[in-house]
Amino acid sequence: MTDTVSPTTPPIVRMQKLNKHFGSLHVLDDIDLEIVPGEVVVIIGASGSGKSTLIRCINGLEEFQSGTLAVDGNTLKPDGKSSKALQTIRTEVGMVFQQFNLFPHLSVIDNITLAPMKVRGWNREDAVATAKRLLDRVGIADQANKYPSQLSGGQQQRVALARALAMEPRLMLFDEPTSALDPEMIGEVLDAMRELAKEGMTMVIVTHEMGFAREVADRVIFIHKGVIAEQGTPEQIFSTPQNEQTRSFLARVLKH
Amino acid sequence: MDFDFQFDWSAAIASIPYLLPGIPWTLLISFGGLAFGFFIGIFFGLLRISPIRWLRWVAVVYIEIFRGTPILVQVLFIFYGLPQLLGSPINALVAGIAAIAVNSGAYISEIVRGGVQSIERGQREASLSLGLSRVQAFRYVIWPQAFRRMIPPLGNQGIISIKDTSLFSVIGVGELVRQGQIYIATTFTALEVYFMVALMYLAITWTLSILLRQLERRGIAGQ
Repeated sequence: MTDTVSPTTPPIVRMQKLNKHFGSLHVLDDIDLEIVPGEVVVIIGASGSGKSTLIRCINGLEEFQSGTLAVDGNTLKPDGKSSKALQTIRTEVGMVFQQFNLFPHLSVIDNITLAPMKVRGWNREDAVATAKRLLDRVGIADQANKYPSQLSGGQQQRVALARALAMEPRLMLFDEPTSALDPEMIGEVLDAMRELAKEGMTMVIVTHEMGFAREVADRVIFIHKGVIAEQGTPEQIFSTPQNEQTRSFLARVLKH
Repeated sequence: MDFDFQFDWSAAIASIPYLLPGIPWTLLISFGGLAFGFFIGIFFGLLRISPIRWLRWVAVVYIEIFRGTPILVQVLFIFYGLPQLLGSPINALVAGIAAIAVNSGAYISEIVRGGVQSIERGQREASLSLGLSRVQAFRYVIWPQAFRRMIPPLGNQGIISIKDTSLFSVIGVGELVRQGQIYIATTFTALEVYFMVALMYLAITWTLSILLRQLERRGIAGQ
C-alpha cells in the first residue's frame, strides 16, 4: 500500500460549527474540527473546558444542538435525531473511558466477545480467538477467565482497550484513560496506547499526560471554555504556544 | 371459671394434622401470586423508567393505587366486588392469587426500578459505544446486574406476601389461618393452635430466607 496521510485524504471526522449547551452553559462553541485517518489527536484543557464533551459527541454519547458532524461519511443530526447513522458510527468508533466501565458480571473474555457476537454476528470461536489475540497484544493473556474485580486498575483499562479493539474500529476515542489509575499503572496503559498509535490507528485522546501527548500526538488541540483556542504540532503547543490561555494552562499543569 | 391457662402441648400437637392441609394453599397463593407479581413488577417497573412520559404515568398510577390501599381491601374488592361487576362469582383461590399478584406487583415495580437505576451510567455508555442497541445493552449488560441487586429486596417482598396470605381467611380460602380457625371452632384451643400456625409460617419464611441467602452468595461470587 502506498497510501499516506496527505491533505487530500478525506477526513474520518468532520465537525462544522458544532454547538452544545447544557441548559444556559455553552459547552461547545462553534467547534470546527477535521481528523484524517491515521492521525493521533490529543485534546488538552482545564476540567470543564468541554474536551470530554467534544469526544463524546463523536460517538453520540452527547447530543449537540446545532452544526454538523460526520463520522466516516455518516452524518449525525442535532438533538440525537439520527439513530441509524448513530448505530453505524458506534460500531466503527471504539471508546475507552476514565472509569474503565467493564461489565462486572462477565469474565474478561466475555467482556470482549459480547459486542462482536451480538453486533457483528461472529460465532463464539472466532470471537474468542480474536479476544485472546487482543489480550495477548495488551499483555494480559493470562487473565482471560478472571472477572474485572479481580484485576488491577491498569489491567482493567487494558481489557477495556481490548474490548473496544475487538470491534475492529476505524477510530478510537480515549476519555482520560489514565486519570483513575494509580501512578504505577499509568505506564502500562500508555504503552498499550503507544503501540496502537504506531500501528496507525486513528486516535482522539483527552488526557492530562502531557509527556505522552508530546511524544505520541500528531496534533495537539487546546480547548478553553468550549472553544478551540489553539492547535498545532506538539512542538508548537508545548514549546511556542501563541495563545495566552494555552500558556497559562501549560504553566499550571507543567509546574509539578 | 377456670383460669388455668397452661400451654397444652398435646393440644398443640393434635392440631398439626388439621393445620398441615393449609400449607399447600398458603404456598400456592403466595408463590402463584408472586410469580404473576414478578412479571407485573417487571412490566410496570420498566414503564416507570420509560423515556415516554405518559407510560411513566401509567406505571405511577398503578403503583400508587396498589401500594397505597390495604391488601385486605384489595382481596375483598376482588372477591366480593368484582363479581358484581362481572356477573359471575370468582373462585376464592383465584381471588387470593390475584390480590397477591397485583399487590406484590406494585412493590416489585419499585424494586425493578431501583435495581435498574442503581446500575452506573457508564455501563450503558460502554455498551452503546460498542455498538450494542439500547435493547441489547439492557438485555446483556444492565438487566443481569440489576437483577442480582434485586434479589435481597425481592426476598423481602416474598416473605411479606407469604404473611399477607393469612388475611385471606376472610374470603374462606383454606390456607393456614383458616384451617386453624376451623379447628379452634370445635376445640377452643386458640393459644396452642395459633402458636402452631405461627410456627408453620416461620418454617416457610425461614426456609425462604436461607434459600435466598444462598442465592445471594452465589450471585455475589459471580461478580
